[in-house]
Amino acid sequence: MTWDQMQELMRPATWETLQMVGVATAFTVLLGLPLGVLLVLTDKGGLLQNRPVNKVLGAVVNVARSVPFIILMIALISFTRWLVGTSIGWQAATVPLTIGAIPFFARLVETSIREVDRGLVEAVQSMGGSTWTIVRKTLLPEALPGLAASVTTTVITLVSYSAMAGAVGGGGLGTLAINYGYFRFETAFMWIIVAELVIIVTLVQLLGDRAVRSLANRGRTGGRTRLLRPRGTAPAAATDEDLVAS
Amino acid sequence: MITTTDLTKVYRSRDREVTALAGVDLHVRPGEVYGVVGTSGAGKSTLIRCVNMLERPSSGTVTVDGIELTALPGGENRAGRELREARRRIGMVFQHFNLLASRTVQQNVELPLEIIGLDRAERRRKAAELLDLVGLGDKARSYPGQLSGGQKQRVGIARALAGDPKVLLSDEATSALDPETTRSILKLLRDLNQQLGLTVLLITHEMDVIKSVCDSAALMRGGRVVESGALTDLLARPGSELARELFPLSEFGTGHPGGTVLEITFQGDTSARPFVSQLTRTYQIDINILGAAVETIAGRMVGRMRVELPGTRADNVVPIGFLREQGLQVDVIGADGAGEASGAVA
Repeated sequence: MTWDQMQELMRPATWETLQMVGVATAFTVLLGLPLGVLLVLTDKGGLLQNRPVNKVLGAVVNVARSVPFIILMIALISFTRWLVGTSIGWQAATVPLTIGAIPFFARLVETSIREVDRGLVEAVQSMGGSTWTIVRKTLLPEALPGLAASVTTTVITLVSYSAMAGAVGGGGLGTLAINYGYFRFETAFMWIIVAELVIIVTLVQLLGDRAVRSLANRGRTGGRTRLLRPRGTAPAAATDEDLVAS
Repeated sequence: MITTTDLTKVYRSRDREVTALAGVDLHVRPGEVYGVVGTSGAGKSTLIRCVNMLERPSSGTVTVDGIELTALPGGENRAGRELREARRRIGMVFQHFNLLASRTVQQNVELPLEIIGLDRAERRRKAAELLDLVGLGDKARSYPGQLSGGQKQRVGIARALAGDPKVLLSDEATSALDPETTRSILKLLRDLNQQLGLTVLLITHEMDVIKSVCDSAALMRGGRVVESGALTDLLARPGSELARELFPLSEFGTGHPGGTVLEITFQGDTSARPFVSQLTRTYQIDINILGAAVETIAGRMVGRMRVELPGTRADNVVPIGFLREQGLQVDVIGADGAGEASGAVA
Protein backbone atom coordinates (compact mmCIF):
# COMPACT_ATOMS: atom_id res chain seq x y z
CA MET A 1 0.00 0.00 0.00
CA THR A 2 1.53 3.26 -1.06
CA TRP A 3 1.29 6.54 0.79
CA ASP A 4 -0.85 7.96 -2.02
CA GLN A 5 -3.32 5.11 -1.68
CA MET A 6 -3.46 5.61 2.04
CA GLN A 7 -4.08 9.30 1.65
CA GLU A 8 -6.88 8.71 -0.78
CA LEU A 9 -8.61 6.48 1.73
CA MET A 10 -7.88 8.65 4.72
CA ARG A 11 -9.17 11.94 3.41
CA PRO A 12 -12.87 11.00 3.15
CA ALA A 13 -12.63 8.87 6.29
CA THR A 14 -11.24 11.78 8.31
CA TRP A 15 -14.02 13.97 7.04
CA GLU A 16 -16.58 11.36 8.04
CA THR A 17 -15.13 11.09 11.53
CA LEU A 18 -15.19 14.84 11.99
CA GLN A 19 -18.77 15.06 10.78
CA MET A 20 -19.82 12.18 12.97
CA VAL A 21 -18.19 13.70 16.05
CA GLY A 22 -19.40 17.20 15.20
CA VAL A 23 -23.04 16.25 14.79
CA ALA A 24 -22.97 13.97 17.83
CA THR A 25 -21.39 16.74 19.93
CA ALA A 26 -24.04 19.21 18.86
CA PHE A 27 -26.89 16.92 19.82
CA THR A 28 -25.16 15.81 23.00
CA VAL A 29 -24.81 19.40 24.20
CA LEU A 30 -28.33 20.23 23.11
CA LEU A 31 -29.85 17.36 25.09
CA GLY A 32 -27.24 16.73 27.77
CA LEU A 33 -27.04 20.32 29.01
CA PRO A 34 -30.72 20.54 30.06
CA LEU A 35 -30.45 17.08 31.58
CA GLY A 36 -27.42 18.09 33.64
CA VAL A 37 -29.13 21.31 34.79
CA LEU A 38 -32.22 19.34 35.71
CA LEU A 39 -30.13 16.90 37.75
CA VAL A 40 -28.91 19.83 39.86
CA LEU A 41 -32.21 21.67 40.13
CA THR A 42 -34.29 18.66 41.16
CA ASP A 43 -31.78 17.45 43.72
CA LYS A 44 -32.34 17.85 47.45
CA GLY A 45 -32.12 21.54 48.32
CA GLY A 46 -32.27 22.44 44.63
CA LEU A 47 -34.38 25.20 43.15
CA LEU A 48 -36.87 22.72 41.73
CA GLN A 49 -36.41 20.05 44.36
CA ASN A 50 -38.24 16.93 43.23
CA ARG A 51 -36.95 13.71 44.67
CA PRO A 52 -38.83 11.24 42.43
CA VAL A 53 -37.82 13.04 39.22
CA ASN A 54 -34.23 13.32 40.44
CA LYS A 55 -34.09 9.64 41.34
CA VAL A 56 -35.49 8.56 37.96
CA LEU A 57 -33.15 10.85 35.98
CA GLY A 58 -30.17 9.72 38.06
CA ALA A 59 -31.04 6.05 37.54
CA VAL A 60 -31.47 6.47 33.77
CA VAL A 61 -28.13 8.25 33.53
CA ASN A 62 -26.35 5.62 35.60
CA VAL A 63 -27.79 2.72 33.61
CA ALA A 64 -26.97 4.38 30.29
CA ARG A 65 -23.43 5.04 31.44
CA SER A 66 -22.93 1.45 32.57
CA VAL A 67 -23.78 -0.11 29.22
CA PRO A 68 -20.58 -0.67 27.20
CA PHE A 69 -20.67 1.45 24.08
CA ILE A 70 -20.28 -1.45 21.69
CA ILE A 71 -23.35 -3.14 23.24
CA LEU A 72 -25.30 0.11 23.18
CA MET A 73 -24.55 0.49 19.49
CA ILE A 74 -25.87 -2.95 18.66
CA ALA A 75 -28.88 -2.59 20.93
CA LEU A 76 -29.81 0.65 19.22
CA ILE A 77 -29.65 -0.69 15.65
CA SER A 78 -33.40 -0.88 15.11
CA PHE A 79 -33.92 2.51 16.73
CA THR A 80 -31.22 3.98 14.49
CA ARG A 81 -32.77 2.46 11.40
CA TRP A 82 -36.15 3.90 12.37
CA LEU A 83 -34.62 7.33 12.99
CA VAL A 84 -32.23 7.79 10.05
CA GLY A 85 -33.36 5.01 7.71
CA THR A 86 -30.12 3.03 7.82
CA SER A 87 -27.88 1.42 10.39
CA ILE A 88 -24.55 1.80 8.61
CA GLY A 89 -22.47 4.80 7.64
CA TRP A 90 -21.48 7.82 9.68
CA GLN A 91 -24.98 9.30 9.76
CA ALA A 92 -26.25 6.16 11.48
CA ALA A 93 -23.32 6.14 13.89
CA THR A 94 -24.24 9.57 15.25
CA VAL A 95 -27.33 8.10 16.92
CA PRO A 96 -25.61 5.68 19.33
CA LEU A 97 -22.75 8.18 19.74
CA THR A 98 -25.17 10.88 20.87
CA ILE A 99 -27.15 8.57 23.12
CA GLY A 100 -23.98 7.19 24.64
CA ALA A 101 -22.51 10.63 25.27
CA ILE A 102 -25.59 12.40 26.69
CA PRO A 103 -25.50 10.83 30.17
CA PHE A 104 -21.74 11.20 30.29
CA PHE A 105 -21.94 14.88 29.40
CA ALA A 106 -24.91 15.43 31.71
CA ARG A 107 -22.88 14.25 34.71
CA LEU A 108 -20.04 16.59 33.79
CA VAL A 109 -22.51 19.47 33.46
CA GLU A 110 -23.98 18.58 36.82
CA THR A 111 -20.56 18.76 38.47
CA SER A 112 -19.70 22.10 36.84
CA ILE A 113 -22.97 23.69 37.89
CA ARG A 114 -22.69 22.45 41.44
CA GLU A 115 -19.48 24.41 41.69
CA VAL A 116 -21.23 27.73 41.20
CA ASP A 117 -21.29 29.60 44.51
CA ARG A 118 -24.65 29.24 46.21
CA GLY A 119 -24.37 32.88 47.25
CA LEU A 120 -24.75 33.98 43.62
CA VAL A 121 -28.04 32.12 43.39
CA GLU A 122 -29.19 33.87 46.55
CA ALA A 123 -28.14 37.23 45.18
CA VAL A 124 -30.29 36.75 42.10
CA GLN A 125 -33.15 35.44 44.22
CA SER A 126 -32.94 38.54 46.38
CA MET A 127 -33.26 40.66 43.22
CA GLY A 128 -36.50 38.91 42.43
CA GLY A 129 -35.13 36.63 39.71
CA SER A 130 -37.05 33.50 38.73
CA THR A 131 -35.54 30.04 38.54
CA TRP A 132 -35.20 30.42 34.78
CA THR A 133 -33.37 33.72 35.25
CA ILE A 134 -31.04 32.07 37.75
CA VAL A 135 -30.21 29.26 35.33
CA ARG A 136 -29.79 31.52 32.32
CA LYS A 137 -28.04 34.49 33.86
CA THR A 138 -26.12 32.93 36.72
CA LEU A 139 -25.62 29.17 36.71
CA LEU A 140 -24.74 28.75 33.03
CA PRO A 141 -22.53 31.85 32.56
CA GLU A 142 -20.69 31.26 35.83
CA ALA A 143 -20.17 27.58 35.06
CA LEU A 144 -18.96 28.34 31.54
CA PRO A 145 -15.28 27.42 32.06
CA GLY A 146 -16.34 24.09 33.57
CA LEU A 147 -18.84 23.54 30.79
CA ALA A 148 -16.19 24.22 28.15
CA ALA A 149 -13.95 21.63 29.82
CA SER A 150 -16.88 19.20 29.84
CA VAL A 151 -17.45 19.69 26.12
CA THR A 152 -13.75 19.08 25.46
CA THR A 153 -13.79 15.83 27.41
CA THR A 154 -16.99 14.79 25.65
CA VAL A 155 -15.58 15.48 22.18
CA ILE A 156 -12.53 13.37 22.96
CA THR A 157 -14.70 10.57 24.25
CA LEU A 158 -16.76 10.81 21.07
CA VAL A 159 -13.64 10.54 18.92
CA SER A 160 -12.72 7.29 20.62
CA TYR A 161 -16.33 6.03 20.47
CA SER A 162 -16.46 6.90 16.78
CA ALA A 163 -13.45 4.69 16.16
CA MET A 164 -15.27 1.89 17.95
CA ALA A 165 -18.28 2.52 15.74
CA GLY A 166 -16.04 1.47 12.87
CA ALA A 167 -16.32 -2.11 14.12
CA VAL A 168 -19.96 -2.28 13.09
CA GLY A 169 -19.75 -0.30 9.87
CA GLY A 170 -19.98 3.16 11.35
CA GLY A 171 -17.70 4.66 8.74
CA GLY A 172 -14.86 7.08 9.37
CA LEU A 173 -11.31 6.38 10.52
CA GLY A 174 -12.41 3.50 12.74
CA THR A 175 -13.81 1.51 9.83
CA LEU A 176 -10.67 2.19 7.83
CA ALA A 177 -8.41 1.01 10.63
CA ILE A 178 -10.34 -2.19 11.11
CA ASN A 179 -11.01 -3.07 7.45
CA TYR A 180 -7.55 -2.31 6.12
CA GLY A 181 -5.26 -2.28 9.10
CA TYR A 182 -6.67 -5.20 11.01
CA PHE A 183 -8.44 -7.53 8.58
CA ARG A 184 -5.90 -7.02 5.78
CA PHE A 185 -2.86 -6.95 8.03
CA GLU A 186 -1.79 -3.49 6.86
CA THR A 187 -0.26 -2.83 10.27
CA ALA A 188 1.59 0.27 9.15
CA PHE A 189 -1.62 1.80 7.83
CA MET A 190 -3.38 1.01 11.10
CA TRP A 191 -0.71 2.81 13.11
CA ILE A 192 -0.89 5.81 10.80
CA ILE A 193 -4.62 6.02 11.44
CA VAL A 194 -4.03 5.69 15.17
CA ALA A 195 -1.50 8.50 14.92
CA GLU A 196 -4.05 10.66 13.17
CA LEU A 197 -6.59 10.01 15.94
CA VAL A 198 -3.95 10.99 18.48
CA ILE A 199 -3.39 14.23 16.61
CA ILE A 200 -7.12 14.97 16.49
CA VAL A 201 -7.51 14.31 20.22
CA THR A 202 -4.48 16.45 21.04
CA LEU A 203 -5.77 19.33 18.96
CA VAL A 204 -9.20 19.14 20.59
CA GLN A 205 -7.64 19.07 24.05
CA LEU A 206 -5.39 22.00 23.22
CA LEU A 207 -8.22 24.12 21.88
CA GLY A 208 -10.47 23.16 24.76
CA ASP A 209 -7.83 24.06 27.34
CA ARG A 210 -7.31 27.43 25.74
CA ALA A 211 -11.03 28.13 25.77
CA VAL A 212 -11.33 27.08 29.41
CA ARG A 213 -8.38 29.21 30.42
CA SER A 214 -9.58 32.32 28.66
CA LEU A 215 -13.07 31.90 30.13
CA ALA A 216 -11.73 31.32 33.63
CA ASN A 217 -9.40 34.28 33.31
CA ARG A 218 -12.12 36.77 32.62
CA GLY A 219 -11.38 39.66 34.85
CA ARG A 220 -8.12 38.32 36.12
CA THR A 221 -5.02 40.10 35.04
CA GLY A 222 -2.01 38.07 34.08
CA GLY A 223 -4.02 35.53 32.12
CA ARG A 224 -1.68 34.75 29.28
CA THR A 225 -3.93 33.20 26.70
CA ARG A 226 -7.06 34.90 25.60
CA LEU A 227 -9.34 33.78 22.84
CA LEU A 228 -11.60 36.71 23.54
CA ARG A 229 -10.08 40.10 23.84
CA PRO A 230 -10.60 41.61 27.27
CA ARG A 231 -13.14 44.37 27.19
CA GLY A 232 -11.67 47.73 27.94
CA THR A 233 -8.47 48.28 29.77
CA ALA A 234 -8.35 47.12 33.28
CA PRO A 235 -6.17 48.87 35.81
CA ALA A 236 -5.52 46.16 38.33
CA ALA A 237 -3.98 47.61 41.41
CA ALA A 238 -6.54 50.15 42.54
CA THR A 239 -6.95 50.11 46.28
CA ASP A 240 -9.51 51.40 48.67
CA GLU A 241 -7.12 54.05 49.85
CA ASP A 242 -7.64 55.79 46.53
CA LEU A 243 -11.32 55.95 47.23
CA VAL A 244 -10.95 57.13 50.77
CA ALA A 245 -8.57 59.81 49.65
CA SER A 246 -10.80 61.11 46.89
CA MET B 1 -40.94 49.92 57.40
CA ILE B 2 -39.89 46.44 58.45
CA THR B 3 -41.93 44.65 61.06
CA THR B 4 -41.60 41.09 62.20
CA THR B 5 -43.97 39.58 64.70
CA ASP B 6 -43.24 36.47 66.69
CA LEU B 7 -40.94 35.18 63.99
CA THR B 8 -39.69 31.64 64.49
CA LYS B 9 -37.49 29.44 62.36
CA VAL B 10 -36.81 25.83 63.18
CA TYR B 11 -34.44 23.74 61.11
CA ARG B 12 -35.32 20.08 61.08
CA SER B 13 -32.81 17.44 60.25
CA ARG B 14 -33.40 13.74 60.54
CA ASP B 15 -33.13 13.33 64.26
CA ARG B 16 -33.03 16.79 65.75
CA GLU B 17 -34.43 20.26 65.61
CA VAL B 18 -32.48 23.46 65.80
CA THR B 19 -34.31 26.62 66.71
CA ALA B 20 -32.64 29.53 64.96
CA LEU B 21 -35.31 32.10 65.76
CA ALA B 22 -37.48 31.79 68.83
CA GLY B 23 -40.08 34.52 68.48
CA VAL B 24 -38.48 37.70 67.18
CA ASP B 25 -40.36 40.99 67.15
CA LEU B 26 -38.52 43.67 65.27
CA HIS B 27 -39.70 47.08 64.32
CA VAL B 28 -37.61 49.18 61.96
CA ARG B 29 -38.87 52.71 61.36
CA PRO B 30 -38.73 54.32 57.92
CA GLY B 31 -35.46 56.07 57.22
CA GLU B 32 -33.44 54.67 60.07
CA VAL B 33 -30.34 52.52 60.17
CA TYR B 34 -31.11 49.55 62.35
CA GLY B 35 -28.39 47.21 63.49
CA VAL B 36 -28.80 43.70 64.80
CA VAL B 37 -25.78 42.53 66.71
CA GLY B 38 -24.93 39.20 68.25
CA THR B 39 -22.39 36.44 68.30
CA SER B 40 -22.40 33.84 65.56
CA GLY B 41 -25.21 31.39 66.05
CA ALA B 42 -27.43 34.01 67.69
CA GLY B 43 -29.83 33.84 64.75
CA LYS B 44 -29.18 37.25 63.23
CA SER B 45 -28.29 35.86 59.83
CA THR B 46 -31.43 33.75 59.75
CA LEU B 47 -33.41 36.81 60.78
CA ILE B 48 -32.21 39.01 57.92
CA ARG B 49 -32.69 36.18 55.43
CA CYS B 50 -36.24 35.77 56.66
CA VAL B 51 -36.94 39.43 55.97
CA ASN B 52 -36.77 38.90 52.20
CA MET B 53 -37.85 35.28 52.42
CA LEU B 54 -34.57 33.77 51.33
CA GLU B 55 -35.58 31.57 54.20
CA ARG B 56 -39.20 31.00 54.95
CA PRO B 57 -39.98 31.46 58.64
CA SER B 58 -41.61 28.53 60.41
CA SER B 59 -44.18 30.87 61.90
CA GLY B 60 -44.81 34.56 62.46
CA THR B 61 -45.14 37.39 59.98
CA VAL B 62 -42.79 39.70 58.09
CA THR B 63 -44.09 42.97 56.71
CA VAL B 64 -41.92 45.20 54.55
CA ASP B 65 -43.22 48.54 53.34
CA GLY B 66 -46.80 47.54 53.98
CA ILE B 67 -46.63 44.19 52.21
CA GLU B 68 -46.93 41.08 54.30
CA LEU B 69 -44.31 38.90 52.63
CA THR B 70 -45.16 35.83 54.70
CA ALA B 71 -48.62 35.86 53.14
CA LEU B 72 -47.28 35.67 49.57
CA PRO B 73 -47.23 32.25 47.95
CA GLY B 74 -44.10 30.31 47.08
CA GLY B 75 -41.72 27.86 48.67
CA GLU B 76 -38.28 28.65 50.01
CA ASN B 77 -36.60 28.26 46.65
CA ARG B 78 -39.51 28.84 44.32
CA ALA B 79 -40.83 32.31 44.94
CA GLY B 80 -44.16 33.22 43.43
CA ARG B 81 -44.54 36.20 41.15
CA GLU B 82 -45.76 38.55 43.90
CA LEU B 83 -42.85 37.72 46.18
CA ARG B 84 -40.39 38.22 43.33
CA GLU B 85 -41.91 41.63 42.61
CA ALA B 86 -41.69 42.54 46.30
CA ARG B 87 -38.05 41.48 46.44
CA ARG B 88 -37.19 43.92 43.67
CA ARG B 89 -37.96 46.66 46.17
CA ILE B 90 -35.66 45.21 48.82
CA GLY B 91 -31.94 45.53 48.14
CA MET B 92 -29.49 43.17 49.73
CA VAL B 93 -25.73 43.23 50.17
CA PHE B 94 -23.72 40.23 51.23
CA GLN B 95 -20.61 39.52 53.26
CA HIS B 96 -18.88 37.89 50.32
CA PHE B 97 -20.28 40.36 47.77
CA ASN B 98 -21.76 37.62 45.55
CA LEU B 99 -20.83 39.33 42.30
CA LEU B 100 -20.86 37.39 39.06
CA ALA B 101 -17.26 36.83 37.96
CA SER B 102 -18.39 36.38 34.38
CA ARG B 103 -19.83 39.89 34.15
CA THR B 104 -18.19 43.28 34.24
CA VAL B 105 -18.96 45.68 37.04
CA GLN B 106 -21.49 47.46 34.87
CA GLN B 107 -23.12 44.22 33.77
CA ASN B 108 -23.36 43.16 37.40
CA VAL B 109 -25.23 46.33 38.25
CA GLU B 110 -27.42 45.83 35.19
CA LEU B 111 -28.48 42.35 36.26
CA PRO B 112 -31.37 43.42 38.52
CA LEU B 113 -32.40 45.90 35.83
CA GLU B 114 -32.57 43.06 33.32
CA ILE B 115 -34.81 41.21 35.75
CA ILE B 116 -37.04 44.24 36.07
CA GLY B 117 -37.14 44.39 32.27
CA LEU B 118 -35.57 47.75 31.40
CA ASP B 119 -34.25 48.16 27.87
CA ARG B 120 -30.54 48.32 27.12
CA ALA B 121 -30.16 52.11 26.94
CA GLU B 122 -32.11 52.62 30.12
CA ARG B 123 -30.05 49.96 31.92
CA ARG B 124 -26.81 51.51 30.83
CA ARG B 125 -27.85 54.96 31.98
CA LYS B 126 -29.05 53.72 35.34
CA ALA B 127 -25.97 51.56 35.94
CA ALA B 128 -23.66 54.48 35.18
CA GLU B 129 -25.62 56.65 37.58
CA LEU B 130 -25.42 54.07 40.36
CA LEU B 131 -21.71 53.48 39.86
CA ASP B 132 -21.12 57.21 40.13
CA LEU B 133 -23.15 57.26 43.31
CA VAL B 134 -20.89 54.68 44.95
CA GLY B 135 -17.75 56.30 43.55
CA LEU B 136 -16.84 53.66 40.97
CA GLY B 137 -17.77 55.45 37.76
CA ASP B 138 -14.37 54.64 36.25
CA LYS B 139 -14.55 50.91 36.97
CA ALA B 140 -17.60 50.09 34.86
CA ARG B 141 -15.67 47.90 32.45
CA SER B 142 -13.55 46.07 35.01
CA TYR B 143 -14.34 42.58 36.18
CA PRO B 144 -14.97 41.88 39.88
CA GLY B 145 -11.73 39.87 39.96
CA GLN B 146 -9.81 43.09 39.33
CA LEU B 147 -11.30 44.98 42.26
CA SER B 148 -10.36 45.20 45.91
CA GLY B 149 -12.76 44.01 48.59
CA GLY B 150 -14.06 47.48 49.32
CA GLN B 151 -14.65 48.19 45.65
CA LYS B 152 -16.49 44.89 45.27
CA GLN B 153 -18.77 45.80 48.12
CA ARG B 154 -19.43 49.17 46.48
CA VAL B 155 -20.50 47.31 43.36
CA GLY B 156 -22.67 45.11 45.56
CA ILE B 157 -24.29 48.20 47.02
CA ALA B 158 -24.81 49.78 43.59
CA ARG B 159 -26.43 46.55 42.44
CA ALA B 160 -28.65 46.41 45.51
CA LEU B 161 -29.85 49.93 44.78
CA ALA B 162 -30.71 49.25 41.15
CA GLY B 163 -34.36 48.52 41.76
CA ASP B 164 -34.84 51.80 43.67
CA PRO B 165 -35.47 49.94 46.88
CA LYS B 166 -36.85 51.57 49.98
CA VAL B 167 -35.12 49.02 52.15
CA LEU B 168 -31.55 47.79 52.11
CA LEU B 169 -30.59 44.61 53.92
CA SER B 170 -26.95 44.24 54.79
CA ASP B 171 -25.77 40.78 55.77
CA GLU B 172 -22.39 41.34 57.46
CA ALA B 173 -21.44 43.63 54.58
CA THR B 174 -18.22 44.78 56.19
CA SER B 175 -17.13 41.62 57.98
CA ALA B 176 -14.77 40.56 55.21
CA LEU B 177 -13.13 43.99 55.00
CA ASP B 178 -10.26 45.65 56.82
CA PRO B 179 -11.02 48.42 59.34
CA GLU B 180 -10.18 51.28 56.96
CA THR B 181 -12.39 49.91 54.19
CA THR B 182 -15.10 49.07 56.69
CA ARG B 183 -15.21 52.73 57.68
CA SER B 184 -15.56 53.91 54.10
CA ILE B 185 -18.31 51.40 53.33
CA LEU B 186 -20.20 52.33 56.49
CA LYS B 187 -19.91 55.98 55.59
CA LEU B 188 -21.34 55.17 52.16
CA LEU B 189 -24.28 53.35 53.76
CA ARG B 190 -24.88 56.29 56.04
CA ASP B 191 -24.73 58.74 53.12
CA LEU B 192 -27.19 56.67 51.10
CA ASN B 193 -29.46 56.46 54.11
CA GLN B 194 -29.46 60.25 54.35
CA GLN B 195 -29.49 61.13 50.64
CA LEU B 196 -32.06 58.60 49.49
CA GLY B 197 -34.03 58.18 52.69
CA LEU B 198 -33.13 54.52 52.53
CA THR B 199 -34.10 52.33 55.45
CA VAL B 200 -31.20 50.05 56.31
CA LEU B 201 -31.35 46.85 58.31
CA LEU B 202 -27.90 45.50 58.94
CA ILE B 203 -26.57 42.60 60.90
CA THR B 204 -23.09 42.48 62.27
CA HIS B 205 -21.02 40.96 65.01
CA GLU B 206 -18.99 44.13 65.42
CA MET B 207 -20.10 46.63 68.02
CA ASP B 208 -18.11 49.30 66.19
CA VAL B 209 -20.46 49.05 63.20
CA ILE B 210 -23.44 49.69 65.44
CA LYS B 211 -21.65 52.57 67.10
CA SER B 212 -20.70 54.31 63.88
CA VAL B 213 -23.82 54.06 61.69
CA CYS B 214 -26.88 52.86 63.54
CA ASP B 215 -29.76 54.86 64.91
CA SER B 216 -31.23 51.83 66.61
CA ALA B 217 -29.97 48.45 67.57
CA ALA B 218 -31.07 45.06 68.77
CA LEU B 219 -29.00 42.52 70.62
CA MET B 220 -29.71 38.90 69.75
CA ARG B 221 -28.87 35.83 71.74
CA GLY B 222 -30.11 32.28 71.32
CA GLY B 223 -32.61 33.23 68.63
CA ARG B 224 -34.21 36.00 70.64
CA VAL B 225 -33.90 39.75 70.77
CA VAL B 226 -32.80 40.39 74.33
CA GLU B 227 -32.67 44.16 74.06
CA SER B 228 -33.56 46.74 71.44
CA GLY B 229 -34.21 50.42 70.96
CA ALA B 230 -32.76 53.70 69.76
CA LEU B 231 -29.10 54.03 70.72
CA THR B 232 -29.64 57.25 72.63
CA ASP B 233 -32.36 55.57 74.69
CA LEU B 234 -30.26 52.50 75.26
CA LEU B 235 -27.39 54.56 76.63
CA ALA B 236 -29.76 56.22 79.04
CA ARG B 237 -31.21 52.90 80.14
CA PRO B 238 -29.74 51.72 83.43
CA GLY B 239 -28.22 48.27 83.27
CA SER B 240 -28.48 48.15 79.50
CA GLU B 241 -26.35 45.35 78.15
CA LEU B 242 -26.01 46.99 74.74
CA ALA B 243 -24.97 50.28 76.29
CA ARG B 244 -22.31 48.49 78.29
CA GLU B 245 -21.06 46.77 75.14
CA LEU B 246 -21.12 50.00 73.16
CA PHE B 247 -19.34 51.80 75.88
CA PRO B 248 -17.35 49.38 77.96
CA LEU B 249 -16.07 50.67 81.28
CA SER B 250 -15.26 47.30 82.74
CA GLU B 251 -11.55 47.96 82.78
CA PHE B 252 -12.02 50.94 85.06
CA GLY B 253 -11.28 50.63 88.76
CA THR B 254 -14.02 49.72 91.19
CA GLY B 255 -13.01 52.06 94.02
CA HIS B 256 -12.22 51.45 97.68
CA PRO B 257 -14.32 49.88 100.40
CA GLY B 258 -16.27 52.56 102.24
CA GLY B 259 -16.66 54.74 99.17
CA THR B 260 -19.60 55.08 96.81
CA VAL B 261 -18.91 54.46 93.16
CA LEU B 262 -21.08 56.24 90.61
CA GLU B 263 -21.28 55.80 86.89
CA ILE B 264 -22.28 59.01 85.20
CA THR B 265 -23.47 59.07 81.60
CA PHE B 266 -23.89 62.36 79.83
CA GLN B 267 -25.14 63.06 76.33
CA GLY B 268 -25.24 66.01 74.00
CA ASP B 269 -24.90 69.47 75.56
CA THR B 270 -24.62 68.18 79.14
CA SER B 271 -21.19 66.94 78.24
CA ALA B 272 -20.01 70.51 78.03
CA ARG B 273 -20.91 71.37 81.62
CA PRO B 274 -18.22 71.24 84.32
CA PHE B 275 -20.31 69.22 86.77
CA VAL B 276 -17.40 67.67 88.63
CA SER B 277 -15.96 70.95 89.76
CA GLN B 278 -19.44 72.25 90.51
CA LEU B 279 -20.02 69.25 92.73
CA THR B 280 -16.74 69.71 94.53
CA ARG B 281 -17.33 73.39 95.16
CA THR B 282 -20.96 73.11 96.18
CA TYR B 283 -20.66 70.17 98.56
CA GLN B 284 -17.02 70.41 99.57
CA ILE B 285 -16.30 66.76 98.74
CA ASP B 286 -13.27 65.15 97.19
CA ILE B 287 -14.07 63.28 94.02
CA ASN B 288 -11.86 60.47 92.89
CA ILE B 289 -12.14 59.87 89.14
CA LEU B 290 -11.72 56.17 88.36
CA GLY B 291 -12.15 56.41 84.64
CA ALA B 292 -13.80 58.36 81.86
CA ALA B 293 -14.40 58.18 78.14
CA VAL B 294 -16.14 60.25 75.50
CA GLU B 295 -17.37 58.83 72.22
CA THR B 296 -19.58 59.75 69.32
CA ILE B 297 -22.49 57.37 69.06
CA ALA B 298 -25.30 57.78 66.53
CA GLY B 299 -23.85 61.18 65.71
CA ARG B 300 -24.01 62.43 69.30
CA MET B 301 -21.36 63.01 71.88
CA VAL B 302 -21.74 60.59 74.72
CA GLY B 303 -19.52 60.45 77.75
CA ARG B 304 -19.24 58.11 80.64
CA MET B 305 -17.36 58.64 83.86
CA ARG B 306 -16.83 56.48 86.87
CA VAL B 307 -16.19 58.41 90.07
CA GLU B 308 -15.86 57.59 93.73
CA LEU B 309 -17.37 59.72 96.45
CA PRO B 310 -16.28 59.32 100.08
CA GLY B 311 -18.80 57.80 102.47
CA THR B 312 -21.66 55.38 102.05
CA ARG B 313 -24.50 55.73 99.66
CA ALA B 314 -26.70 57.19 102.35
CA ASP B 315 -24.13 59.94 102.91
CA ASN B 316 -24.24 60.88 99.25
CA VAL B 317 -27.95 61.16 98.57
CA VAL B 318 -27.71 64.92 98.17
CA PRO B 319 -24.76 65.03 95.70
CA ILE B 320 -26.38 62.26 93.64
CA GLY B 321 -29.60 64.24 93.53
CA PHE B 322 -27.62 67.28 92.40
CA LEU B 323 -26.08 65.34 89.51
CA ARG B 324 -29.44 64.02 88.40
CA GLU B 325 -30.82 67.52 88.46
CA GLN B 326 -28.12 68.45 85.96
CA GLY B 327 -29.68 66.04 83.48
CA LEU B 328 -27.08 63.35 83.99
CA GLN B 329 -27.77 59.68 84.21
CA VAL B 330 -26.31 58.31 87.43
CA ASP B 331 -25.94 54.64 88.24
CA VAL B 332 -24.73 53.65 91.67
CA ILE B 333 -22.38 50.73 91.40
CA GLY B 334 -22.76 48.12 94.13
CA ALA B 335 -19.89 46.53 95.99
CA ASP B 336 -19.80 43.68 93.50
CA GLY B 337 -19.30 46.11 90.64
CA ALA B 338 -22.66 45.43 89.04
CA GLY B 339 -24.94 48.30 88.19
CA GLU B 340 -27.82 48.82 90.58
CA ALA B 341 -30.96 49.83 88.78
CA SER B 342 -31.44 53.35 89.88
CA GLY B 343 -32.49 56.54 88.25
CA ALA B 344 -32.74 57.76 84.72
CA VAL B 345 -32.33 61.02 82.92
CA ALA B 346 -34.35 63.63 84.78
